[in-house]
Amino acid sequence: MTATLAAPTARLTRLQRLGLLALTLTAVMSVTRLTTGYDNLTSSGTIGAALRLTVPILLAGLAGLWAERVGILNIGIEGMMILGTWFGAYGAWQFGPWAGLALAVLGGMLGGLIHAVATIRFNIDQVISGVVMNLFAFFGVRYLSELVFVGQPQGGISQSPPQSSAIPRIDIPFLAGGSIGGWQSPDVLGWLEERGWFLLGDIGGVGKGLLANLSLASLIAVLLVPTSAWILWRTTFGLRLRSSGESPESAESLGVNVIAVRYLGVLISGGFAGLGGGFLAIVSSSYYRQGQTAGRGFIGLATMIFGNWRPSGVLAGAAVFGYSEGLKLVAGGSITGLFLFIAIVAGLAAGVAAMLRSTRRTSVAAIVAGVAVLAFLTVDEVPESLTQALPYVVTLVVLATASQRLRPPARAGVPYRPGGAH
Amino acid sequence: MAHEGPTTQRPGATASAAVRLEGIGKRFPGVIANHDVNLRVRRGTIHAIVGENGAGKSTLMKTLYGMQQPDTGRIEVDGTERHFRSPSDAIDAGIGMVHQHFMLADNLTVLENIILGSEPARRGRIDFAEARARVAAITASLGADLDIDAAVSELGVGERQRVEIVKVLYRGARILILDEPTAVLVPEEVDDLFRTLRRLVAEGATVIFISHKLDEVLGVSDDITVMRQGTTVAETTPGEVDRAGLAELMVGSELPSPAGRTTEIGDRVRLEVRDLVVPGPEGRPAVDGATFSIRSGEILGLAGVEGNGQFELCTALLGLRDSTGTVIVDSADLSAASTRERHEAGLAYIPFDRHREGLMLNAPLWENALLGREGNPNLVNGPFIDTAASRASTREIIDRFGVLTPNEMTPAFALSGGNQQKLVVGRALVTDPAVLVAAHPTRGIDVGAQAAVWDEMRRARDAGMAVLLVSADLEELIGLSDTIAVMFDGRISAMLDPDTVTAAELGSHMTGTHQEALA
Amino acid sequence: MTALDSPPTAPDTSPSRNPLDRILTPSRATALRTSGITVASSLVAILIALTISAILLAATGKNPIDAYTTIIETGASGNKLLEMLKRATPLIFSATAVAIGFKMNIFNIGVEGQYLFAALIAAEVGSRLDLPPIVHVAAIIAVAMLAGAAWASIAAVLKVGKNVHEVISTIMLNYIALSVIQWLFENFFRDDSDGGLNVKTTLLPDSGRMPDLVSGRLNAMFLVALATVIAFWVVVYRSRFGFRLRASGFNATAAATAGIDARRMTVTALLLSGAVAGLVAMPSVLGEAFAYGPNATPIQFGFAGIAVALLGRNHPAGIVVAAMLFGFLDSTSAELQLAQVPNSIVKVIQAVIVLTVVIVNEATIRRLNIRTAERARAELATGGAS
Repeated sequence: MTATLAAPTARLTRLQRLGLLALTLTAVMSVTRLTTGYDNLTSSGTIGAALRLTVPILLAGLAGLWAERVGILNIGIEGMMILGTWFGAYGAWQFGPWAGLALAVLGGMLGGLIHAVATIRFNIDQVISGVVMNLFAFFGVRYLSELVFVGQPQGGISQSPPQSSAIPRIDIPFLAGGSIGGWQSPDVLGWLEERGWFLLGDIGGVGKGLLANLSLASLIAVLLVPTSAWILWRTTFGLRLRSSGESPESAESLGVNVIAVRYLGVLISGGFAGLGGGFLAIVSSSYYRQGQTAGRGFIGLATMIFGNWRPSGVLAGAAVFGYSEGLKLVAGGSITGLFLFIAIVAGLAAGVAAMLRSTRRTSVAAIVAGVAVLAFLTVDEVPESLTQALPYVVTLVVLATASQRLRPPARAGVPYRPGGAH
Repeated sequence: MAHEGPTTQRPGATASAAVRLEGIGKRFPGVIANHDVNLRVRRGTIHAIVGENGAGKSTLMKTLYGMQQPDTGRIEVDGTERHFRSPSDAIDAGIGMVHQHFMLADNLTVLENIILGSEPARRGRIDFAEARARVAAITASLGADLDIDAAVSELGVGERQRVEIVKVLYRGARILILDEPTAVLVPEEVDDLFRTLRRLVAEGATVIFISHKLDEVLGVSDDITVMRQGTTVAETTPGEVDRAGLAELMVGSELPSPAGRTTEIGDRVRLEVRDLVVPGPEGRPAVDGATFSIRSGEILGLAGVEGNGQFELCTALLGLRDSTGTVIVDSADLSAASTRERHEAGLAYIPFDRHREGLMLNAPLWENALLGREGNPNLVNGPFIDTAASRASTREIIDRFGVLTPNEMTPAFALSGGNQQKLVVGRALVTDPAVLVAAHPTRGIDVGAQAAVWDEMRRARDAGMAVLLVSADLEELIGLSDTIAVMFDGRISAMLDPDTVTAAELGSHMTGTHQEALA
Repeated sequence: MTALDSPPTAPDTSPSRNPLDRILTPSRATALRTSGITVASSLVAILIALTISAILLAATGKNPIDAYTTIIETGASGNKLLEMLKRATPLIFSATAVAIGFKMNIFNIGVEGQYLFAALIAAEVGSRLDLPPIVHVAAIIAVAMLAGAAWASIAAVLKVGKNVHEVISTIMLNYIALSVIQWLFENFFRDDSDGGLNVKTTLLPDSGRMPDLVSGRLNAMFLVALATVIAFWVVVYRSRFGFRLRASGFNATAAATAGIDARRMTVTALLLSGAVAGLVAMPSVLGEAFAYGPNATPIQFGFAGIAVALLGRNHPAGIVVAAMLFGFLDSTSAELQLAQVPNSIVKVIQAVIVLTVVIVNEATIRRLNIRTAERARAELATGGAS
């Protein structure tokens, strides 16, 4: 009926809208770049670094999403990532990088299994189980390191021996200068980037950053976003999975095995976290180091929250943090340019809100724009220590101001006992 | 096949009965929920089951839907005897249930809620085209309009109910049980629902419909079965009975006799409530301008079918929810006071649900007895709890109210429901409050304990306490009350004298048919 | 007294001559039985955890018997007592802070951030004050408690005002605290007098230092920790405020119905929790390093405190015992290392113990509840028969 026709058109316009938004943001970034002269804002180097920094956060966010979608909070993502870093590094050191990633996934799933047994089988508080998981993983891998890595060349209690080989990296042909059978294809995006034209130069930089020197592991990680979305929203398994996080009673009344589905969801969650850890130990670096995860499990939780428990939202959130980290790494001084970027975007938003006659949104956006302009004019250097807090501050601000827009799974965190059992 | 409209001629053949229940009995520890229940539902009809709260309707329907197994009796569906071990057995037999509290996942779409668990799929991938087609066919046959891509959270109550009906039909149900389907609906939605039900029946389905709204029952059903005190007491049709007659069947022709009182009602107004309005969901006030006063030594009974605003009225009196209007206790205006201030001003409360609102189940009895009284100077030493005094006070409650417990250190969960209730009642009465708001003070407790609680309430009344007594138990209401107020649809619709009121009168006020009958 | 203590249905009303009966009144017996089973279940859980740990050790090629022998021998030698108490001190503070929140079902994961923030502020303020000896120390402790409470107040405001769950907000605030501390320290509070070699705040003057009980081995902050636990017990179990706090934790709806203001209790509980959290690093600041420093001030005590609180079941006595157990296990690290057993196994054992205790407790409580109800019924039946 009408609904059948409406769905695809709505999706098309949504896609178009997203494209338009991306183009607008790139244009604003381009204006910022040309005004400030910070070429690094959209350089392929920055974007490449941003992608590498985005992936672990993204995987942590997806880990949180898979667990909460079945109704289990996972505060233990950090711990499962730690297991991933250790097992990944061990596997890569012993058997090569791909086996390392596989072991990282298994290591994370081991953590997921413990969390699942504790929370689903024994019904203990999900937050408690997660906190203990973090402690257990942190010291567990330290113990393992002492057994396995101590005494190895360059290995030690807090570090693994370096790996000899890495996951292959590719350049995409025709766009980013990849070669096909020995023939060097043109590097269109790189050429554009070098020109530095308005908008086109930025598209070149961003495109090349994403498509050149691309680790296959990053590619797989990014592909896991649409895969997760497809499984969760297009398959019977996904529907049953989400239903056990939204309303386990009705799911069970319709014959869904809520317990089994919850186990699977938490195991998958552990696998994602483990993969994120493995990426840190195998792709971002070439060895395991204690503290390598550096709270990314919690940043992942944060991206899950303001990604509104959707894979695409998690990707967007992870990209924002990955980008600001990447920019800091490649060109710390350019960070002040972001103030101008924020000012222009907020100014545009204020304009749109004014056209829509939303006084409240107009004033909020205008205030943000004003503050950003002021910051751009007065702040010469943003203290490194404070920018680190950005993801966490943003999360709290989002939770405090936009929580009515968030749609967390209704029953995440609530223990469930199947009613049919007694 | 299909029977259209009310029919007085009943086919005698068993084969045409969609559902037949014979001699169904079901006991729970200490309670006989159903006994000797007999029911015959003809195929292709709307069959109403009416009765008061606690008459055993829900137990019966749970039995028929396989949610619990009967102790005695037999169930026949379409002429074959059935033993349901779980709802899925009932679903397999073509029975579907629309619960009063919807079983829907708010954040999923309508379509997802409907197909969950029985998704049309190819190798794990949901075939949404097929699902849409099948759901569209069902909604079309109902003549209903449903946006199947909307999230359930965006739907109104009436639409959610329609989703439940479609969900049940999607699973092939031919016999639908609707548990008080109109309780949550506004009038237009009720009309829509009945149109839907008539269409279903016209296509050969059978509807069993539980209600205590008599005008609706008379308007829509083909047959009516009346339940009272756990058993079926009458079978009738809208053609054979009128509203007054049905109300009398429901309440029982014999009302308990009011126990005469020896003391006089005082002159002092202890509780005065004026124009109390409690906002409800979707803009309709849950309590719509309640005005009444209770004098010292007076018990005002509040009768009404559950869900007509009694809970909201009581919790608003306690300051537990937002309301407008005036609440005065002993000439102190408490309209803006906090809950604690209201307690301190002499307002005591026996809550509707002792487990949810009344007790800390894992705490020992003496701490439970202290709850709400921890400001009492006799039980504290400055900022500290006087443990000895608190325990002694608890032992006093235990003795006076006959709470059966090893001692006051026993955790509350270890007591039977009746003894928990006696503790809650004792806690409220031991403070000698000015006003007692008592909601179902003897619900779920045995006869002996009930008499003890009543005696204590009478004693406190005779000492000058004012009581607002909410109860579904007519013996309690008529036996204790000096006046009976009836609440219907958020309003106090009648003030009745327990000495002269008849069952039919009370029934018609409680079911909201009185005003219409007069009009 | 005795007659009143016995149940109303007890057949024998004459005061018992057996002194044990007089002490062990039925009501006390009920309480004793409950705590007895609790302790027993915890011991069983610890045994299970040690078994699991032994399996882990064996699986990784280490002889569990050697490891446990080393641990026991170390403990038996007696000279570890002071180190155990020293290591237990910050754990007692941290676990008490966590337990205050738990008493009303608030999960303060933010102790870590609260105590580090408090340590920095207290060390900085303390170094600038000029006060007589005892007053100076007391002032620093007060500042630490205020700073901890202030940091916790952000979570309280977010929870009460904006309905942000404290688990998420305190996790985020931990990381924000680390950044803010680093920023404040690097830019304002770091003592530059030593040509940039010093990575601490200005040292506290002598008047602001807490003396050692046993020179170099146990600081007097241990006594403050014991006093804090006692205060925790008095406030939570004996005061009217504590009763309201626990009532809100037992059943928030019933507490609200009884007139207890849930929002006010939430704010107070979080502030108190933060204030006690502020003390966690004081043994270091007042007794060891005499300053705050990124490398001088111990970290991770916030999370260890959660573990200790869980192990001690949020009860004051349980917390002290659990902190001692953790302190003891930590104190055996050096000997384990000497015996060729990686000392991080101690931390693994601790994590396994906590998880096992939590799981076993959950199961025991459920069974205990059923048994208590049955026993209550049985006692009534025998009493009523006479």
